[in-house]
Amino acid sequence: MPPVIKAAGLRKNYDELRAVDGIDFEINRGECFGLLGPNGAGKTTTVKMLTCALPVSGGDITVEGMSVNTDPRGIKYILGVCPQDVNLDPDFSVLKNLIVYSRYFDIPYAEARRRAEELIERFHLHDKLERPIEDLSGGLKKRLLMARALINRPKVLVLDEPTTGLDPQSRRQIWEEVRGMKSNGLTTLLTTHYIEEAELLCDRLVIIDAGKIIEQGTPAQLIEKHLEGKGNLEDVFLKLTGKHLRDE
Amino acid sequence: MNNPCLLKNISYRAWYMWRRNVDVSLVTWKTNVLPPLLEPVLYILAFGIGLGAYVQQISYAGQAYNYIAFMAPGMVAVGIMFHSTFDTMYGAFVRLRYQKTFDAIITTPLSAEDILAGEILSGATKGTFAGAAILLIITLFGLAAYPSSLVILPLAALAGVMFASFGLYFAALAPYIDNLNLPIFLFINPMFLFSGTFFPLDGMPVWVRFAANLLPLTHLVNLTRAATFNRLHAGLLWDLLYIMVLTAVMACIAIRKMKTRLIK
Repeated sequence: MPPVIKAAGLRKNYDELRAVDGIDFEINRGECFGLLGPNGAGKTTTVKMLTCALPVSGGDITVEGMSVNTDPRGIKYILGVCPQDVNLDPDFSVLKNLIVYSRYFDIPYAEARRRAEELIERFHLHDKLERPIEDLSGGLKKRLLMARALINRPKVLVLDEPTTGLDPQSRRQIWEEVRGMKSNGLTTLLTTHYIEEAELLCDRLVIIDAGKIIEQGTPAQLIEKHLEGKGNLEDVFLKLTGKHLRDE
Repeated sequence: MNNPCLLKNISYRAWYMWRRNVDVSLVTWKTNVLPPLLEPVLYILAFGIGLGAYVQQISYAGQAYNYIAFMAPGMVAVGIMFHSTFDTMYGAFVRLRYQKTFDAIITTPLSAEDILAGEILSGATKGTFAGAAILLIITLFGLAAYPSSLVILPLAALAGVMFASFGLYFAALAPYIDNLNLPIFLFINPMFLFSGTFFPLDGMPVWVRFAANLLPLTHLVNLTRAATFNRLHAGLLWDLLYIMVLTAVMACIAIRKMKTRLIK
């Protein structure tokens, strides 16, 4: 079966800086694929190129055979994007956020309403239906972002640091959801710098640093290869990327 | 997305952005409806009745008019300018920088051009609404002739697109929100004062008239005044042409510039 997502020689330059410096990866159908790396490694830049929010400087990414260079709209119809920054619409209530967002995908109102209610139930947002966004806690905002990402019934879900800044309870709830979606066969790209999260959720992952892929495999393979099976993925991560602090 | 042709990337989805902004305006409708209705009343009281007590008659194109009747169509034009420019200038800046609204929408099937065309259209809608509201008020004061004044409605939509494009362009240039004081000081306020809104340009020195004719608001005022005075004539087609050309040019420049802020 051909991969759902394929990145080939993908690059992003900002003047002199090579934020993403020629990376290749393939994501198979139904897989949860991890993109790991320290701050500033190029994770979010890669995600933004995939979601057509940033033009690529070189190379290509295709989703279901469509290229970001030639068919961004086609790709955007089938992606569900849960961004790192909360960019919910602060001018609207919880429910209205979902309804307005569904409009961008040409979803008719009656159908949008049905899907929104279903997602509100599933993500336990029903108490907050008419509340403005600023009244929501961090965990609720992330849950609403995830609900919003699913309103167009995407074929591929993109989760950019979905649990950053959340308490353990909220984090676990998000993990539950990701697992649930995986068992329903949804292809997922997850970026994170919580190694525990990657170990728990990802079938395969790549570790990137300074815009390049420095290692790839299943969590178990990486632990076996670098630590002879003794230790966890975080130890592998630190061994590969070093212990010095990173700036954003 | 990398297609350099502007029009090719604009689709019906621009209306989704327009609807989003209109939906927001409807949530906060009271603060959106009252200013355009009350502002002209204040102007009419202050300038028309206050200043008008001293300047009773004013000569315009060879005919004498009450000062208040002279000023009223200027208020309509100013309302269209203020409401469309400010809607995109501050609104789009806030949505770009603070609310991250565009970041969320750019990953949906809307293109950057759809988003920005929708911004211009919703700014123009606010300007048109303001123009219509002010026209209603001056009509109630008996200051607008009909049916010629009805020309103001489509005119407001066109000029709304022009001023909304200016606003979007200023928002695209400004690194910080405080920088937006500059176009207000250098562009909006001079137009407000020197576009034939408060006094006729006929008696002015040549260089003043020349400078005033560069300002887009002057041409809009020429048109709204001719409409409320029922003195429309073929010579005004030049004013219309000026506005149409500038609208098309500014819309393209504004979208192109703002796009570079939206996707780097």
